[in-house]
Amino acid sequence: MKQSLYESQHQAEWQAFAEQLDALERGKADSQQSRRFAADYRRLCQHLALADARGYSNHLVERLQQLALRGHQQFYRHRSPLGAQLIGFLLVGFPRLVRAEWRCVAAASLLFFGSLISMGVLTYLFPDLIYSMVDPEQVASMERMYDPDARRLGRFSERGSGDDWMMFGFYIMNNIGIAFQTFASGLLLGLGSLFFLLFNGLMIGAVAGHLTQIGYSETFWSFVIGHGAFELTAIALAGAAGFKLGWALLAPGRHTRGEALRLAGAQSIRLVGGVIAFLLLAAFIEAYWSSMTFATPTIKYLVGATLWLLVLAYLLLAGRGGHAPD
Amino acid sequence: MPLSAPTPVHPGPQPLDTRYQVETPEGIDLVLRPAGLVPRALAFAIDLLIRGLFLLAVYVVLGMLGQFGMGLATILLFLVTWWYMVLFEVLNQGRSPGKQWLGLRVVHDDGTPVGWAASLTRNLLRFVDILPFAYTLGIISCLNHRAFKRLGDIAAGTLVVYRDSAPEAPLLPPAEALRPPFALSRVEQRALMGFAERAGQLSAARRSELAGILAEPLQVAPEHAEHQIHGIARGLLGPA
Repeated sequence: MKQSLYESQHQAEWQAFAEQLDALERGKADSQQSRRFAADYRRLCQHLALADARGYSNHLVERLQQLALRGHQQFYRHRSPLGAQLIGFLLVGFPRLVRAEWRCVAAASLLFFGSLISMGVLTYLFPDLIYSMVDPEQVASMERMYDPDARRLGRFSERGSGDDWMMFGFYIMNNIGIAFQTFASGLLLGLGSLFFLLFNGLMIGAVAGHLTQIGYSETFWSFVIGHGAFELTAIALAGAAGFKLGWALLAPGRHTRGEALRLAGAQSIRLVGGVIAFLLLAAFIEAYWSSMTFATPTIKYLVGATLWLLVLAYLLLAGRGGHAPD
Repeated sequence: MPLSAPTPVHPGPQPLDTRYQVETPEGIDLVLRPAGLVPRALAFAIDLLIRGLFLLAVYVVLGMLGQFGMGLATILLFLVTWWYMVLFEVLNQGRSPGKQWLGLRVVHDDGTPVGWAASLTRNLLRFVDILPFAYTLGIISCLNHRAFKRLGDIAAGTLVVYRDSAPEAPLLPPAEALRPPFALSRVEQRALMGFAERAGQLSAARRSELAGILAEPLQVAPEHAEHQIHGIARGLLGPA
């Protein structure tokens, strides 16, 4: 069949398909008309294949190619129910993923909690160590924050009636920012994650050791134990996700480095998804529970210990059932 | 996310230009044109400007609301810093406002629209692309990659491609429709028709130079070769 005949036979069809695409791209498609979209799209693909095989002119082939590309974009749009997926991921997928990536998680946790604890113990034994990590001004402001005489605790105590909203915003910004950096810098052969894990571990450890040593232990520990369960775990997990990226570059196995990175990226971004959920929860607890002074330290320790156990149980046990959740 | 990376399929030799072909399950090749450094940088600059202006306005308005307002502003700053690109890319068919302005869009390596995971990956890893300053790593990676990917794009398996506008219908030069003197292969057919379609874009001297190459196989004098080719193109297109 000659090209001009073929074109005139299908011209109207292509025109209608283009109009349908316009509507879909602007998000204003009529649902009744869209029922035929899949069939129309396949038909167009067939026309394109025919035009190509028959050696029709570049102009026609390009025009059909473009329609096919636009159709492809609309046809393969991701329309999965996000809410259900999210719940499934948080209940089952995330803890399973953490266990599957246990090597990275163990390495990151060891580095982070190891540096945190050893720096804490060292600062407790040698009080001057704090000044090697934190400058004196910051130490003073840190001490003011956790002064046992203060009515409110935490980073905004100086403001008196520090608004919970303000704190919630600040915690989200600060903590998720740190977690994102810890993850992303893992792309530098894992060195960035290594740095951020160690740096944050040493910093938090030094502050904790110092405040315990000068006798502010009750205000400090009762403040941090609650949200720490989520916040510290989340930073360790973000580091694990970063290590996964770095490891893909260092030891790509049987893939090319680019391919290995892409595969690792798909897994590690899911870890980051869980980290975000943890940090949102931590910010919420920090703003609305940790900073309150109506609960006695004993209650805070109890709640905090329960939260730690919950986090551990969640990561170790959730989603171990044999069948997929309904 | 696609399970395995679709390898670009090139029938025959590698194309001279930067086009990127993806074979789809429908049995056709999608042709994507990856966008280079300059349009991408411009799109980013526009997005940066939009974000800056938006945050400025937010701070002025919410600053009047006191502490509650500042808390809200901090959350907004966080959202704008880390989520602006992701939300636009996923919810607006791969286009942030800057990309839309420049006619770009983000797609997966296999040509499907970008999803949450890939978009989040490429935008979080932006943090590494801007290192050590002013997007140095990103620029180096972009200039070295066949499809102009920055590091975030490589890890996420995404491409930034042009959104082509519909081509104008070319006017074939006037000539009497002719039958080709011998059977033409598909590639030869395409070449002859391509020559006729592009006649308007070439100078007369270049046209006759190109057509002259075919004078001998077409068995005409070199000065008639161009007209002869136009005739054959017409004949291939319509009744002869």
